Amino acid sequence: MSIEEHDYIGFSEANMEKKACDITNNKDLNLKATELRLGLPGFESPEREAVNGGAIKNLVAGAKRGFSDTINGGSGNWVFAGNGGSEVNLVKNGGLFSCSKVENKNSGCVKETAVLASPKPVLLEKKSANSNVPAPKQQVVGWPPIRSFRKNTMAVGQTKNTEDNDPNIGSGCLYVKVSMDGAPYLRKVDLEIYSSYLDLSSALEKMFSCFTIGQYGSHGAHTRDGLSESRLMDLLHGSEYVLTYEDKDGDWMLVGDVPWDMFIGSCKRMRIMKSSDAIGLAPRAMEKCRNRT
Amino acid sequence: MKLLQQSMDPNQKRAKAVDRVDSVDTGVASFDSTRMCPFPDEVLERVLSLIDSHKDRSSVSLVCKDWYNAERWSRRHVFIGNCYSVSPEIVAARFPRIRSVTLKGKPRFSDFNLVPEYWGADVHPWLSVFATAYPFLEELRLKRMAVSDESLEFLATNFQGFKALSLLSCDGFSTDGLKAIATHCKNLTELDIHENGMDDLGGHWLNCFPESLTTLQVLNFASLNSEVSFESLEKLISRNKSLRVLKVNRNISLDQLQKLLLQAPQLSELGTGTFMQELISCPITDLKTTFSNCKNLVTISGLWDATSLYLPVIYPACVNLTFLNLSYATLRSGELSNLLQHCKSLRRLWLLDTVGDKGLEAVGAHCPLLEELRVFPADPFDQEVFLGVTESGFVSVSEGCPKLRYVLYFCRQMTNAAVATIARNCPDFTHFRLCIMNPGQPDYLTKQPMDEAFGSIVKTCPNLQRLAVSGQLTDRTFEYIGKYSKKLETLSVAFAGSSDLGMEYVLGGCPKLRKLEIRDCPFGNGALLSGLTKYESMRSLWMSACNVTMNGCKVLAKERPRLNVEVMKDEGGDGSEAHKVYVYRTVAGPRRDAPPFVLTL
Repeated sequence: MSIEEHDYIGFSEANMEKKACDITNNKDLNLKATELRLGLPGFESPEREAVNGGAIKNLVAGAKRGFSDTINGGSGNWVFAGNGGSEVNLVKNGGLFSCSKVENKNSGCVKETAVLASPKPVLLEKKSANSNVPAPKQQVVGWPPIRSFRKNTMAVGQTKNTEDNDPNIGSGCLYVKVSMDGAPYLRKVDLEIYSSYLDLSSALEKMFSCFTIGQYGSHGAHTRDGLSESRLMDLLHGSEYVLTYEDKDGDWMLVGDVPWDMFIGSCKRMRIMKSSDAIGLAPRAMEKCRNRT
Repeated sequence: MKLLQQSMDPNQKRAKAVDRVDSVDTGVASFDSTRMCPFPDEVLERVLSLIDSHKDRSSVSLVCKDWYNAERWSRRHVFIGNCYSVSPEIVAARFPRIRSVTLKGKPRFSDFNLVPEYWGADVHPWLSVFATAYPFLEELRLKRMAVSDESLEFLATNFQGFKALSLLSCDGFSTDGLKAIATHCKNLTELDIHENGMDDLGGHWLNCFPESLTTLQVLNFASLNSEVSFESLEKLISRNKSLRVLKVNRNISLDQLQKLLLQAPQLSELGTGTFMQELISCPITDLKTTFSNCKNLVTISGLWDATSLYLPVIYPACVNLTFLNLSYATLRSGELSNLLQHCKSLRRLWLLDTVGDKGLEAVGAHCPLLEELRVFPADPFDQEVFLGVTESGFVSVSEGCPKLRYVLYFCRQMTNAAVATIARNCPDFTHFRLCIMNPGQPDYLTKQPMDEAFGSIVKTCPNLQRLAVSGQLTDRTFEYIGKYSKKLETLSVAFAGSSDLGMEYVLGGCPKLRKLEIRDCPFGNGALLSGLTKYESMRSLWMSACNVTMNGCKVLAKERPRLNVEVMKDEGGDGSEAHKVYVYRTVAGPRRDAPPFVLTL
């Protein structure tokens, strides 16, 4: 079987002489159905159905793929990058983002995906006009032309459709709510900016210090935040409070048990609980409470 | 900045005698300068010092030697649009009394990750020269430059009177660099940090402002993610009574904003933090009152997570607003409509496409004075769900806002007819940037290329300065552009054109063209070389993923020694293609700091 080079909508080279309007005049042809989606290895899209078996699965699996040079003299064909210079090449810190709606099975956030293009033909079988499978659209480096800051920020998934409780997964941001028993309002922290539990806990201590000061008065030396760090550490690591989180399964867990990366991948929100309320937590949490009192 | 006249020796001391090439008076050795130049130098300098526009100043400097000298001594601000077009030494030699520098570095497509890391545009060589030449430098505005923490520290410690720093789309530094600025710049009036590729190591930099600092006028840290100490911020705001611009980051809550605004009712530009809070400690009416007490507010931005719950608190301030930046607020049409009814004076509006066409109808209905509209996509990579705005939203705005001059519009469908209508409704366009997000997409109704759309723009809008095209385009688009757009200065092209002719049309027309940036188009060496005589009158040309080869670039480089023709090598490929080409005029010669992957031919 010879592999015939196809352009993105599944037409062979021979047909590329046709003007683009011929193609687009085919009203049954759903352009979306013939589009290519690229993703990280092991990356599953919930919308994807098993179509054309191997070809699509390979693409989903992030196998190396290339795009033929479809530049020709025909008018209006949409043009991919040229040989060896495809903009689909890996660019360091290139911003090829996978669809932000897709579930990420890996721990951590969706980082920029890499798409490699050695000039190989695309293994794409010709789509039938009646195909009703929404095939993925190919994403090109630097397109649409949106600056990185905006891309990173909007990838947090700010649309109203997302549940308030959903951790907003995106590259660069992972905001989760943090509540503290007795505090009048909640805070939100971006887990992405911390690199360890220590980082996180000192940040939380600073954030919530104003609520504990009322209860404990002015003991010890004061920092700018109003309460000495050592005093705070005592409070939070002492018998009064435990730091817990709700994971993806809806269970409340003690912060600190799992590796950091796993934690930020599964944490939906956090709660600084009075340890007296921490009954019914994972046994280790309860044991920890008992040890403290 | 215009190319320096190399025949004029910048080191020449100021001389009273006029030394012009004058065909009438070639035999005259010395010349009574008052005959042709009736002003003494001091008067001339004083008059010229009132001229701010750098274009005017360039014109002034070309009149005669006297004026050239008077201009160079009176210039306080220098604008360098391409940091490699000139060297810091040349600048320092020509302009001895600079207090303010604006410097732009990387090609604009670096914003979209098309320029590899470590490409260049390092600010440090500039700072080294300025430390000696301009020890009294007060202002530095950098765009797309590589800036390190060391450079920021150098800046902070070597320029005693330094006042204003603005960093836009720069990269390479961290909040540690900001600490240095905050610590050492005792007379700081402006710190404007906007959307940089920087490392945010924490908000401690804000604590580095000394208690003695009271001169701050502009503070923008909206794009920094880390939380700052609210206590420090509040104290800083309360003692800097001249503060006119304050843009905080998302971590600042509504409660905190309330406190800040009570301290700073004099603000003219405000960037809020998050506009959603589960439990707010003060009544909403308090917030509303606070906003109504900010009588000078003309710009509001931020408004992260804003909903109809808290948005009404800004209504009292809306009546005077001229610029509303909602591009980080995921509003729906209803919320926007309610808001805009209060915003009759609006001149500039930035939105997310979550407002939909219906939201844009509200824009057309309530903002008759609108001059600038930018609509950004909330989810640019969204494949499955059809969201956002269409051609009909754009048409609605054009019907209600005839004064539109500047539009940036991201959409997923467009028609030639709609754009023709828009052009008719808004003939004053100076900036028309249309991004149909699917590359090479035709008119979705007629299936024709979008040639006629851009044709109608260039034919109907005589003042067009900047154009960005998209959709399926043949060479005809470029024929129109070359033929009709007499004032076009900047053109951005992607996934368009059919042959070399396209680019040739543009290079053959467009007398005012300064910046041409092209990606993924079928333009080859013929097209590249057709601009041989034009590139020296332009700032720069960018071509990536086109059909240009190394040979073509070599020919260009050979024919035009005053251009730098740079090719960025690509991994893979056989080395004969010129994958990324950046051509620009320069008086500084080839770059000496080019990384290995940049070849100057």
